[in-house]
Amino acid sequence: MANQSTNAIEASNLNAWYGDFQALNSISLQIPKNEVTAFIGPSGCGKSTLLRWFNRMNDTIHSASATGDLRLGDIDLLSSATDVVDLRRRVGIVFQKANPFPKSIFENVAFGPRLHMKLNKTELQDLVEWALRKAAVWEEVKDRLNAPALGLSGGQQQRLCIARAIATGPEILLMDEPCSALDPASTLAIEDLMDELRSQYTIVIVTHNMQQASRCSDKTAFFFEGKVIEFNSTEKIFTTPNAKQTEDYVRGKFG
Amino acid sequence: MSQPVAVPDPTKIALESRAKSLLNRPRRRLAATRFSEIGIYVALICCGLFSLLITVSIIGVLLTETTRFFQFDEVTLSNFLGSAEWTPNLGEPKSFGIWGLISGTLLVTGIAMAFALPLGLVTAIYLSEYAPRQIRNFLKPILEVLAGIPTVVYGFFALMTITPFLQWVHEGFNVYNAMSAGLAVGILCFPTVCSLAEDALQSVPKTLRDGALGLGGTRFDATVKVILPAALSGIISAFLLAVARAIGETMIVALAAGSRPQATLDPRNEIQTMTGFMVQMAGGDVSNFGTEYFSMYAVAFTLFLITLALTMMGNVVRGRFRETYE
Repeated sequence: MANQSTNAIEASNLNAWYGDFQALNSISLQIPKNEVTAFIGPSGCGKSTLLRWFNRMNDTIHSASATGDLRLGDIDLLSSATDVVDLRRRVGIVFQKANPFPKSIFENVAFGPRLHMKLNKTELQDLVEWALRKAAVWEEVKDRLNAPALGLSGGQQQRLCIARAIATGPEILLMDEPCSALDPASTLAIEDLMDELRSQYTIVIVTHNMQQASRCSDKTAFFFEGKVIEFNSTEKIFTTPNAKQTEDYVRGKFG
Repeated sequence: MSQPVAVPDPTKIALESRAKSLLNRPRRRLAATRFSEIGIYVALICCGLFSLLITVSIIGVLLTETTRFFQFDEVTLSNFLGSAEWTPNLGEPKSFGIWGLISGTLLVTGIAMAFALPLGLVTAIYLSEYAPRQIRNFLKPILEVLAGIPTVVYGFFALMTITPFLQWVHEGFNVYNAMSAGLAVGILCFPTVCSLAEDALQSVPKTLRDGALGLGGTRFDATVKVILPAALSGIISAFLLAVARAIGETMIVALAAGSRPQATLDPRNEIQTMTGFMVQMAGGDVSNFGTEYFSMYAVAFTLFLITLALTMMGNVVRGRFRETYE
């Protein structure tokens, strides 16, 4: 290809439904590579739905359907022929509630690599250590890698889940309100981590926390009732937004 | 969004005064509350004690009658525990070797579990993880109907259908045989295993499934590597309950397995299980109050000890494999 695209994911005229309910209404936006993009908006506005289409997690919801165009590089994200297993390896996801498997800390991080790669014991150990270091949780767990992951605190569990997602070698990290169940100190740790990771990964974060969006992201999209009202640099959105609705929302007048 | 000047609304005012009068109704008095609390407490304790009483009296009867059995001259503990010859109805000398019955019970239970456990688990996995909702809603009630069929029907089914089929496949099968009874007990236990294992799988939070899928796992990866291990304690409970049910099952073995106690591993043979023997004795075709009559209690007590051991083992295993999520 002649000119390398600077966009990781491109949506144009994307519509999505749950049964008869239209959750997304002709969405067009480009997620830039190696930047942090924040999705903000009131509950039920479609931001999580869009995020879950990025790696086809909506396949688990029977009534979910979509039309339009959604691409990751050459991959048509809406095609039923798309290899979702490979897609999800490339597009990792971290959920709202930390969901470590009821296994050891080590086994949690080793889960993805074991699925996708053939590694010997030391290679696997090195990869797990690398992922845990990247997710800034290594120092806290290095002496108890065989302890149950569910014994960790909520913030540690969420960083473990980020390590687990990183360990499969994704290009894109989707984060669906990753800090909504965490205390401020853990939230800060995750935000620092996102700052660390932004140079190597494309990050898309859904958040209800305005400060978080303004602190961590380069670009922000404001969603309302299934539409993208405004998509711009984070600074612009939070200082001089074009749309009245955006301004009302970021100023805390509704939502 | 409230208006600055509220216009008085007559229905609202009426409702307001009605609520006021209702709130002035006399409240229930603390003394009465406390009295009924005590009453409920006593009633609950009585219910708990009643179940305890039943258990204790059954064990008491078993113990005393078993003791009487061992007081007969022709009965020795070494014969009871050390022999596989169970011939209480034949002429002298009688032999009371419990292993002749235990082996029959184990053979039938083994056949039943070899059938019911794998099939039940695989069906549970299909229903919980793979089946579309409509199929699941259709199949689960059918399974529950299967669990509600009286066991005597299974017994006749074994005798009239399974046995002829087995004999058609292979001539060596006796009219009464362990295989036929074992398969029928397996069919009986299958819905129990399936239903309980399915409940255990369903109780694993969806977030764990999503986690496994989100890492690029297939549905099979998610099921085998995450869901099954997480549901293991519930699945083991389901298995143990099925084993206990198979060991205690009576009508099927009484009808289809025969009445000739022998220590054999050949499923084509006629055998007798512990429960089968007890039915034969309690059915009354032997002289009451002879040695063979009291042997029934010794067999019952042995059966009780086996199921007790199974239950305790179940608790240990469950505690060992308990993986909590949350």
